[in-house]
Amino acid sequence: MISNEGTKPIVSKPSFQKDPQQKIKLHKTTASTWMIQAVTISLILITFYTLTHLNTENVKMADAFKGLMMTFNQMFLQPNAGADGFWVLLEALGVSVLLGILTTIIGAVLGFFFAVIASRNLTNAYWGAGIRALMAVVRAIPTILWALIFSIAVGLGPTAAILGLSFHSVAYLTKAYSESIEEIDPAIIDALKVTGCKFWTIVFQAVWPTIIPSLVSWTFIRLEINFANAVAVGAAAGAGGIGYQLFVTSGLSFDFHEVGYIVYMVIIVTLILEFIAVKLRQHYLGK
Amino acid sequence: MKQPKVTAASYLGKKRLVQSGVLALIAGIYAIGCYILQFDTIQGTLSIPKAFAWLAINFMPTQSSMSYLPQIMEKLFDTVLMSIASVVVAAVIAIFFAILGSKVTGINKFMQVLVRGIASFFRNIPLVAWAMILLFSFKQSNFTGFLALLLMTIGFLIRAFMEIIEDEAGEAMMALKATGASYFQVIFQAVIPQIIPSLISWILYMIENNVRDATLVGILTGTGIGFIFDIYYKSFRFDAAGMTVLSIIVVVIGLETLSNQIRKVIL
Repeated sequence: MISNEGTKPIVSKPSFQKDPQQKIKLHKTTASTWMIQAVTISLILITFYTLTHLNTENVKMADAFKGLMMTFNQMFLQPNAGADGFWVLLEALGVSVLLGILTTIIGAVLGFFFAVIASRNLTNAYWGAGIRALMAVVRAIPTILWALIFSIAVGLGPTAAILGLSFHSVAYLTKAYSESIEEIDPAIIDALKVTGCKFWTIVFQAVWPTIIPSLVSWTFIRLEINFANAVAVGAAAGAGGIGYQLFVTSGLSFDFHEVGYIVYMVIIVTLILEFIAVKLRQHYLGK
Repeated sequence: MKQPKVTAASYLGKKRLVQSGVLALIAGIYAIGCYILQFDTIQGTLSIPKAFAWLAINFMPTQSSMSYLPQIMEKLFDTVLMSIASVVVAAVIAIFFAILGSKVTGINKFMQVLVRGIASFFRNIPLVAWAMILLFSFKQSNFTGFLALLLMTIGFLIRAFMEIIEDEAGEAMMALKATGASYFQVIFQAVIPQIIPSLISWILYMIENNVRDATLVGILTGTGIGFIFDIYYKSFRFDAAGMTVLSIIVVVIGLETLSNQIRKVIL
């Protein structure tokens, strides 16, 4: 006999009573979101303060923008090689490209050795910390100041430019390479260690082949930066190259047709460098 | 078809050949470059210790160069504020373009190509050219420096933000799209919350970078810390110039440490 004594039904009706304590939270507040909000708000406040206190030397904005548009028109729509001619500019461009390539090679070779010494998973912590601190200081000084400093110490010219650009390259690539080295799977290094390999054997047979893709891609990023820096150093430190031509035409002879021409030449070189970088990255990632 | 037999010896031999080929190529480029630029590697290397000895004597700030400190600090403070402002304004513009132009949130193929082209163009015009063109129209003022940094930063950030959106926002976007959310709901509820930590990380990096670049812009346009360094340098007040360099080091490393701490919390 089935008793019907129990008053409780087997399946109870679900209750949809709203409990204010148990609301679904749409946005979690964590340390991360707090930090993001704090950073965003302070950056916006700083920007607002800066823009309202910016010194414009009472330049009439409408006139200035009109002038700027005229300059752009001369530059980008009517470029010509001006007084220097194509071949002089091409030669100067070649000097800048070579400056970029040379300093990248120096930066890559020295940067790799420093990176090996600075990496936590290869050497002891003291060496690493020392090199990293030194490189942070070198990186903190803008490239242009390195070039200016060397131009008084060794005299104006390509030597000062190369030394100045190389300092920053070495420091930058040391950091980039050592971060790549520290991401290596420790099993690879251990596998070679147990066979009794020497330090440099491990570096060249395990570390080097593993990080080649990121090595190549960082080196080419640096090549692009170095070319841009070579142009800048040429302009501000008088170290020659296309940057110097750019400075003379835009700051002394005000021939904006030629400035446009030079800018187009520089853009073509950077596009070629970017193209090579993308192709090389695809080649190494495809393997 | 018969596969060519690969033995350990032939594989290693080929590998060695390729590696020596690449090394020889790089060495060749280096040698030719040195020859054309008339850069003597040995002489250059030897001059580094000499240069540092010279620096240690001439650039070392003395007791009297402390009097330059307030002026340097004021200009440096201006420069940092200017870099922050230029990056924040550039970021606001860049996020708009990046959403229009990225592969996942972009409106159509034409916009994607257009935005990529604009970004590449802005990025690749040398900073020197921006500074000099703007100097011609806007004269020697902080606003000129601000504009030059702004235009350069926009190009960089559009590219960076587009890559972030393509890498990180795809899945969250799909999830929201599946619920039938509209385009703007997807952008504001999925894409932006998802990418904001990486976005801020890039903004912080660009601020550091712009403090350094502002030195170059300052030398060319006569504003901020670059201008003051140039004045000291050209009037042979090397101790004051050294003081300027030291202050830049302290501020840049300070900013780097601060942004690394912020990154640790938000990522």
